[in-house]
Amino acid sequence: MSEIAPEAVAEQVTPGTPDAKSEVGRARRRTEDARLITGRTTWTDNIQLPGLLHVAFLRSPISHARIGRIDAEAARARPGVIAVFTGADLADEQGSLPCAWPVTDDMVLPDHPPIAVDEVRYVGEPVAVVVARDRYAAVDALEAVDVDYEPLPAVVDMERAVEEGADLVHADKGTNKSYTWVFEAGEPDAAFRDAPVVIERRYVQQRLIPTAMEPRAVVCSAVGDEYTLWSATQIPHILRLMLATVTGIPEHRLRVVAPDVGGGFGSKLQVYGEEVVCLLLARRLGRPVKWTESRSEGNMAVHHGRDQIQRLSLAADRDGRIRGLKVDLLADMGAYLMLVTPGVPLLGAFMFNGIYKMDAYSFTCTGVFTNKTPTDAYRGAGRPEATFGIERLMDELANELGLDPIEVRRRNWIRHEEFPYDTISGLTYDSGNYEAATEKALRLFEYDKLRAEQADRRDRGDPVQLGIGVSTFTEMCGLAPSRVLGSLSYGAGGWEHASVRVLPSGKVEVVTGSSAHGQGHETAWAQIAADRLGVPFEDVRVLHGDTSVSPKGMDTYGSRSLAVGGVALFNACDKVIDKARRMAAHLLEADEGDIEFSGGSFAVKGVPGQARTLQEVALAAFAAHDLPEGFEPSLDSEATHDPENFSFPHGTHLCAAEVDTETGFVKLRSYVAVDDVGKVVNPLIVEGQVHGGLAQGIAQALYEEAVYDDDGNLTTTTMADYLVPSAADLPTFTTDRTETPATTNPLGVKGVGEAGTIASTPAVVNAIVDALRPYGVDDVPMPCTPERVWRALTEARRGAAPPGGSPEPGAGGGLGSAGGAA
Amino acid sequence: MPRVSVEVDGVRYDDDVEPRLLLAHYLRDRLGKVGTPIGCDTSNCGACTVLMDGLSVKSCSVLAVQADGHEITTIEGLGDGRNLHPMQRAFHEEHALQCGYCTPGMIMASLDLLRENADPSDEEIRAGLEGNLCRCTGYQNIVRAVRRAANDMRQSDQAEEAHR
Amino acid sequence: MIPATFDYVRPSSLSDAVAALREADEEGKVIAGGQSLMPLLRLRLAYPEVLVDVSGLPELRGIRDEGDSLLIGAMTTHYEVIRDPLVQAHAPLLAAATATVADPAVRHRGTLGGSLAHADPAGDLPAVVLAMDGVVVTSAREIPVRDFFTDYLTSALEPDEILLGVRLPKAYTGWGHHYEKFHRTAQAWAIVGVACLVRRVNGEIAEARIGLTNMGPTPVRAHAVETAVADGPASRQAFQAAAHDAPDGTSPPSDLHGSAEYRRHLAQVLTARALAAAAGA
Repeated sequence: MSEIAPEAVAEQVTPGTPDAKSEVGRARRRTEDARLITGRTTWTDNIQLPGLLHVAFLRSPISHARIGRIDAEAARARPGVIAVFTGADLADEQGSLPCAWPVTDDMVLPDHPPIAVDEVRYVGEPVAVVVARDRYAAVDALEAVDVDYEPLPAVVDMERAVEEGADLVHADKGTNKSYTWVFEAGEPDAAFRDAPVVIERRYVQQRLIPTAMEPRAVVCSAVGDEYTLWSATQIPHILRLMLATVTGIPEHRLRVVAPDVGGGFGSKLQVYGEEVVCLLLARRLGRPVKWTESRSEGNMAVHHGRDQIQRLSLAADRDGRIRGLKVDLLADMGAYLMLVTPGVPLLGAFMFNGIYKMDAYSFTCTGVFTNKTPTDAYRGAGRPEATFGIERLMDELANELGLDPIEVRRRNWIRHEEFPYDTISGLTYDSGNYEAATEKALRLFEYDKLRAEQADRRDRGDPVQLGIGVSTFTEMCGLAPSRVLGSLSYGAGGWEHASVRVLPSGKVEVVTGSSAHGQGHETAWAQIAADRLGVPFEDVRVLHGDTSVSPKGMDTYGSRSLAVGGVALFNACDKVIDKARRMAAHLLEADEGDIEFSGGSFAVKGVPGQARTLQEVALAAFAAHDLPEGFEPSLDSEATHDPENFSFPHGTHLCAAEVDTETGFVKLRSYVAVDDVGKVVNPLIVEGQVHGGLAQGIAQALYEEAVYDDDGNLTTTTMADYLVPSAADLPTFTTDRTETPATTNPLGVKGVGEAGTIASTPAVVNAIVDALRPYGVDDVPMPCTPERVWRALTEARRGAAPPGGSPEPGAGGGLGSAGGAA
Repeated sequence: MPRVSVEVDGVRYDDDVEPRLLLAHYLRDRLGKVGTPIGCDTSNCGACTVLMDGLSVKSCSVLAVQADGHEITTIEGLGDGRNLHPMQRAFHEEHALQCGYCTPGMIMASLDLLRENADPSDEEIRAGLEGNLCRCTGYQNIVRAVRRAANDMRQSDQAEEAHR
Repeated sequence: MIPATFDYVRPSSLSDAVAALREADEEGKVIAGGQSLMPLLRLRLAYPEVLVDVSGLPELRGIRDEGDSLLIGAMTTHYEVIRDPLVQAHAPLLAAATATVADPAVRHRGTLGGSLAHADPAGDLPAVVLAMDGVVVTSAREIPVRDFFTDYLTSALEPDEILLGVRLPKAYTGWGHHYEKFHRTAQAWAIVGVACLVRRVNGEIAEARIGLTNMGPTPVRAHAVETAVADGPASRQAFQAAAHDAPDGTSPPSDLHGSAEYRRHLAQVLTARALAAAAGA
């Protein structure tokens, strides 16, 4: 079953060894490490300014309430307290936090004051802010602020929230539905009519807390009318524009700096109320302010991710061919719409069909308000949800038909000779080779051997069963072609900017609008520029993350940096070379058409020895003593790149999980990830991104969940309750690559930041379900905690007999609460 | 206010401190040793790990007053100023960091691990780092880095012995 | 988060320490390593007026051989317990369970006395000293461990009473032992833990001692299982049958990581496993 036609593996998919002289493709060690491994890092909380004051936020302990009287007098009277402000105090200037993605014309978009004024709608929503001489005094004063809350009914459950007569999160809106967004292609009803196989499932994407290791922090200073805001943000450029819009501070008077940022994973792709308030405080008080959140504060107040109920139907023929797919989603917005809250689930609309061909598809998503922390982008943003849905369904289909899960995928996936391929959801996949990635993964995984072991354990009735999970995924990266964003009503474009400065000494400064926070742009961008310009890697410095240094950009998220920002840099380098070529021709007294550029040197075709290096040309341009007619004395160039299409990384992930049927404990035995991310600039960085992505995707499958009680209290506010896995909890991953270059950009790159996260969650859950299939289990809700696994087993045992009459493993297989163990 | 005398990275500091002052805040806010970051408030994440008299501790869960009379080594005290410590070098070579926020604590915890066990297996490394969370790397390269540093440090110890 | 204000004293004599607690009039709190207390202070779940640091008291230090028992000083860190030759020889169950507590950095600071005084039923060590019929030695008296843990996070210690150490009988020297800890991630608290000692004679189980972690507001002994396995075969089948009674008399909590029903089930499975491991079966 695991055999793939050998001709499928085209030669081009084996990653080649890079040219020894080439920087692109080299496993360069990262430039940025130097400060990070020595503790010389500029985290926002490390920044000290003269006269700096400290800020602390008082947050609602109640999920839904009217705010009555707030008495802050005692807090104001405390030693070292400079000021206390409530939402009412700031109501005239704090504005409403922006949502940049009105996904439908009639989307319900409530006001979102940075500090609540009349009503609080989730636990953790700010109700007052204290400014004090130090962080201890600020926190102490919070306890002296007295707030009267008049509790209102808490809306916690999404399905109940959309019922008729439900309590409302925003009473004035008359509904908890923010929007319903629909997409349809082909004839779904026809595809399902008389379909020999229909699989219907309800899956829940639990709510997650992104948990970047660096908690959020903001420092803001106002000098006259000039404002500088440092923030642990992924998006200094977007933040600058949005802060200007919200506060009315002119954009050109505001500088936003993202210094060293300790991870984001989407959580720092946001315009936060705390950022707005720090700006207002610096303006009001005329002194710089700093706010740093604690983890237990952040768990409530950093936007959450996922939280979606999926109702899925798949229609197929008896031979396994998919006829159609229907997707109906409820997506939890939380209490407010933040920067891209409503759009996140819709990114999945184009991905539910995955790598498969089908005749018809329909997608409906309803955004729902609840009294919980707002949701927004979290690593993968919409695509993990979709990939989970389709990859779980493919395993269910295989089971229904008695086919190997690899085989059922093979019967449906786009074959490598069919690219470019227009998918049912309207995207054009430019390149890929699912056969090659799958074959490589099967080999590395020793698929057949593990299947044999699985059969053996089943025969023996081993209390520890083995399951194998498959996930053959693709995703859309390179967000995004501006015309597509426009058609989806997004509030901005999806281009990226880069500029290249060749200094008189021949050294190079690259300025990028991408804003790295751990991805290693300072290294990878230098590799691209070094190659393109023919200068040593060490001669290139990459600048980013400060709007006064890098004035134009769309920042870092959605695996977009390389496929969009890297290409912008590539184009800017080419512009430098074009200018330099003209200058070199002039210096060499040759025709521009006769100048060849290679290895950093401009030579005259057919005239050996006649050459000028880029450095020489740069110096001559700087001196400007002898320029070609009309030549501006500079080689500096910039480029803004708007991608023509998304890019589509793909891969095959295989997971082997050992499931203890007595306790429900799941241990990952092995994990193989073969990813095709197109051309690779730095394989070391790519591998690291895959590793980290896998850890996060596995964590969704096994460990993490933001849990609310019936009153809307978050019960996982600390890391003792919200379980982020440690080294001891994760397996060693086997990673490898195949390589089909993207055809829509000159670097051939596709993006890698989210691949591991997107692919791994369904691989793990498929493995768990596969292990338990003989017991009659066909799903375990995420996270697959030991108790949930045990309950799934217990309930399956209470319910129907095992499918296909297969014998229950082992006498006294340790199930149920009565018997104990085998 | 109690008076404390603490040696941090080879420098002695005598200070009056509030009893509730966390060692992590003492290092960061009073001494300007901001190389040690804080990542949680329940001692789970380990970002703030330093060595206290040679043993790893989480500086967010130690009061400055409890550090009175003790020696603290932070990430800033490693290496000799010009050369990296083998552990720092190994983290760089093996790409054992991405955002780098957990890195100071991870490096200090790794040093403690090797003090206990100069030649740990991968499994022992993973178990030894159970109190340090990383959100970027999936830990695989951290394990490699610790293994590499262990080899380098053992070899340089052997070379030193042979030299004597 | 940042603790609320408190006073701090580090007395150098036991009498000064007791006086300081007395003066604090029930608003004092003893701090040893602080590894349980610090998160509570930082989350402002505890507001003591005075912290009495007992790290300077010689009475709380060291591990003494008292002939037929060991006296382990309250300030002995987990790190020291794991490595101590006397503990390894006479109370290896304690060493094994201590090695599962939190993580290395916490074990460097955290103390045995602190873990017992904190009286967290999810802590690993209370069940061990309960299984070993230990005796808590305080500044005022000696309290059998079975009377020491009175409720959730509550012990028999009076507000002005200081835990000096715990006395563990050497009677269990040479018994088979095992601590079976079940948790979701390496760092997480035990959902259920089973501390187990067995004495084997001629391939049979002569006696067993079993303490359960996180099966109620206090650690509990699985007396029914102890009775059921005594004088029986050291076989997995026998252990499984006996472990059926493990949840008897427990009142496990339901929380984020497990329901009471699941905990009762786990207690059965894990007790059988702990017995098997302790007996080498």
